[in-house]
Amino acid sequence: MDPLQIIFFIFAVITLVAAFLVVTAKSLVHSALWLILALFGVAVLYVLLDAGFFAAAQVLIYIGAIAILFIFAVMLTRKDLRDAGSQQNGTWPLAAVLAVVLFAGLFFILSSWSSFGMPKPDMPAGANALSDLGLALVSANAYLLPFELASVLLVAAMIGAIYVSLIKK
Amino acid sequence: MEFLRDPISFIGNWLEGLLLGWKMAPSAATALIQLLGAFIVGTFSLALVIFTIWVERKLYARIQDRLGPNRVGPWGIFQTFPDMIKIFTKEYITPDGADKVVYNLAPILTVSAVILLWAVIPFARTVVGSDVNVGVLYIVAVGAIGTLGIIMAGWSSNNKYALFGAFRTISQMVSYEVPMVLALLVPVLLGRTMGINSLVEAQTVWFAVLSPLAALLFFFSAQAEIGRAPFDLLEAESELVAGYQTEYSGLKFGMFYVGEFLHAFTVSALTASLFLGGWRGPGAEQWPILGMAYFFVKTFIVYFFVIVLRITMPRLRIDQMLNFNWKFLTPVALVLLIATALVEKGLQLVGQDSMVLRTVVHLGMNLLIVWGTVEILRRSARKERQRVSEPRPVAIAPQTQASD
Amino acid sequence: MLNDWLFIGLFFLIVAIFPGAPILIAGLLAPKRTTPAKTQVYECGMETVGDTWVQFKVQYYVFALTFLVFDVELVFLFPWAVAFDKLPLVGVVSGIVFILILFVELLAAWRKGVLEWV
Repeated sequence: MDPLQIIFFIFAVITLVAAFLVVTAKSLVHSALWLILALFGVAVLYVLLDAGFFAAAQVLIYIGAIAILFIFAVMLTRKDLRDAGSQQNGTWPLAAVLAVVLFAGLFFILSSWSSFGMPKPDMPAGANALSDLGLALVSANAYLLPFELASVLLVAAMIGAIYVSLIKK
Repeated sequence: MEFLRDPISFIGNWLEGLLLGWKMAPSAATALIQLLGAFIVGTFSLALVIFTIWVERKLYARIQDRLGPNRVGPWGIFQTFPDMIKIFTKEYITPDGADKVVYNLAPILTVSAVILLWAVIPFARTVVGSDVNVGVLYIVAVGAIGTLGIIMAGWSSNNKYALFGAFRTISQMVSYEVPMVLALLVPVLLGRTMGINSLVEAQTVWFAVLSPLAALLFFFSAQAEIGRAPFDLLEAESELVAGYQTEYSGLKFGMFYVGEFLHAFTVSALTASLFLGGWRGPGAEQWPILGMAYFFVKTFIVYFFVIVLRITMPRLRIDQMLNFNWKFLTPVALVLLIATALVEKGLQLVGQDSMVLRTVVHLGMNLLIVWGTVEILRRSARKERQRVSEPRPVAIAPQTQASD
Repeated sequence: MLNDWLFIGLFFLIVAIFPGAPILIAGLLAPKRTTPAKTQVYECGMETVGDTWVQFKVQYYVFALTFLVFDVELVFLFPWAVAFDKLPLVGVVSGIVFILILFVELLAAWRKGVLEWV
C-alpha cells in the first residue's frame, strides 16, 4: 500500500477516535483537549490533499483561537470544574443505529461520484494555489461578495463580544 | 573545496548516494535523510540554548555592573552545565488532584511548539529544514500551539492562582499575536510569497530598510508574545508566584525555562530572516557557509537588543500592556498595512521598477506614519495634561465658628 | 511539495520525543520523597479554601473573541497578499475595504469601552 494511504488511515483513525472521545469524555476540559486532537487530525488530512495553506489556517484558527475560546468558556462558566453523572442516557442504541444509517447513506451517495476510489491526482506543475486563491478572493466574478460579507460577519462577532462585555457592566 | 563551500548539502548528498548504493528505495532514502536532518536541527537548537543562556547571563551582569558567571570554565562558559545537572536531579513534586496526563503533557507541548519553529528557518540558501510555501502561516500556527500548552499547564495544576496566571498569560499572548501577524503581512506583501526562504531571497533590499515600522512592530509584538520583559508580568516573582508554572518543579520547570530562552532566540532568528535579510550578504549565494555566518551574526545582533530591552525597561502592568496592544499597536499595524498595499500597487501601476525609488517611497511612507502617530500621541497627551491640570473643586472645610 | 510537509511531519514526531526523553530520564534520576506537605497545592503558604474555581471575568473571553475575529481576517489577507502582483486595482481596494471594515469595528469597540481590563 502507498505510504500516503497508510498515513491517511492512521490520521483518519486518530481523528475519528478523538471525535468519539470528545463526546464521551467525563470532564469538559478533557473533551476540549480531544477536540483539539481531532482538529489536528483534520489539518494533517488537509496536508495530504496538497492544501498546506488550509492545514496551517486550520491549526491557527481552530486550535489557536477557537479551541482556546472553548476552554475559556468552559472554565469561566462552570462553578465546579468536575463533572458528575453518566455521559450517556438511555437512548444511545437508537442514536448508534441512526449514525450507522447516516454513514451508509453518505457512503452510498459518495460512491456514485465519478472519482470515488481514484488516487489523488497530482497538482499541475507550476500551479500556484495560493496565488490563485488570492486572485479568486477579490475578483468580482469569483468570491468577492463572500469575501466582503465575511468581514461583515466578523463585525457581527465583534458586536457579540461588545454585547457580552456590556451585560456585565 | 565543495565541502568547504556547502558542508551541509555536501554531507546530505553523500549520504543519499550511500543509501542509494545500498539499494534503498529513493523515497525511503529521502525520508531517512529528512529524519536525520530533523534530528540534527532539533538537537542543534537545544544545544544553542546552552550557549544563549550563558550569553544572556553575562550580558545582564555586565549591564548591571557586575561580573556574572566566571568560575566554571573560562569566562564561565560551562556555567549552564552544572545548572542543568542540578535541575535534572530535582524532585518532581506533583500537586494533589492534578490531572496527571495533562500536567505532564503541558511542558512537552510548550517546548515542542518552540523547537518546531526551527523547521522553517533558513540558515543558508541551501540549508533549510523545509521551505514550505506557507512558512509564515506555519510560524504563527505553531506559536498558537504554545498557548495551548500554557493553558493546559495552568488548568492541570489544580491551583487557582496558576489558573489565573495562565488566563492572563493567554490573554497577553493572544492579544499580541494580532499586531505580530499584521506586521508579518508586510514582508509577505512586499515579497509576494509566504515561504521564508523565498522571502529571504526576495530581499534584495532588506525589508527593515523598506519598512522599518513593520520590523519594529514585529519585534515588539514578538517580545510580548514570548513573555519577555518589559512584558514579563506573567513570571514576575511578586505576582501570582510563577503564574502558570507555579506547581512545576525539576526538569518540567526547566523545560518551561528552556522553552522561553529558546523562543527568544528563535524570534531573533525570525526577525533576522524576515527583516534583516537572513543569510543574504556579499558572496552568500555561491558560498552557503558564508550565508550561515551572516545569519548567525544578524541573529545575535537582534538577540543583543532583546537582552538589552529586557534589562533596561521596567515591567508593564497588564492593563497597560493590553492597552498598548489594542489601542496603539493594532491600529498602527492596520494603517501600515493599508498604506503599504496602496503604495505598492501605486508603484506597480505607474510602472516604476527601480528598487531605489521603491525603497525611498516605502521608507517615506513609514516615516510619515510614524510622524502621524507621534503627532496624535502628542495631541492626546497635551489634552490629558490640560485635563489633569485644571483647577479641580477642592473640598473646603466648613468654617468653624470660633467657639468662645 | 509533499516532501516539505514530510520533513515537518517527521519533525513533529522527533520534537514530541525531544522534551519527553529528558523528562523521563530526570524522573528516574531524581529522588522521590513525597510527603503530604509537599504535594499540597500552593496558595502562598496557606491551606486551600474551597474548590478550585475561577471568578467569572468576562474580559478574558472578550479578548479571546476579539483575537479570533482578527485572526480570521488575517488568514483571509494572506492569499490576498501573495497574489498581489496579479490583482487589479479593484482587487487591492476590496482588500483594503475588508481591512477598513474591521479597523472601524476596532475603533467602535474602543469607544464602547470593550477593550478595558477593569
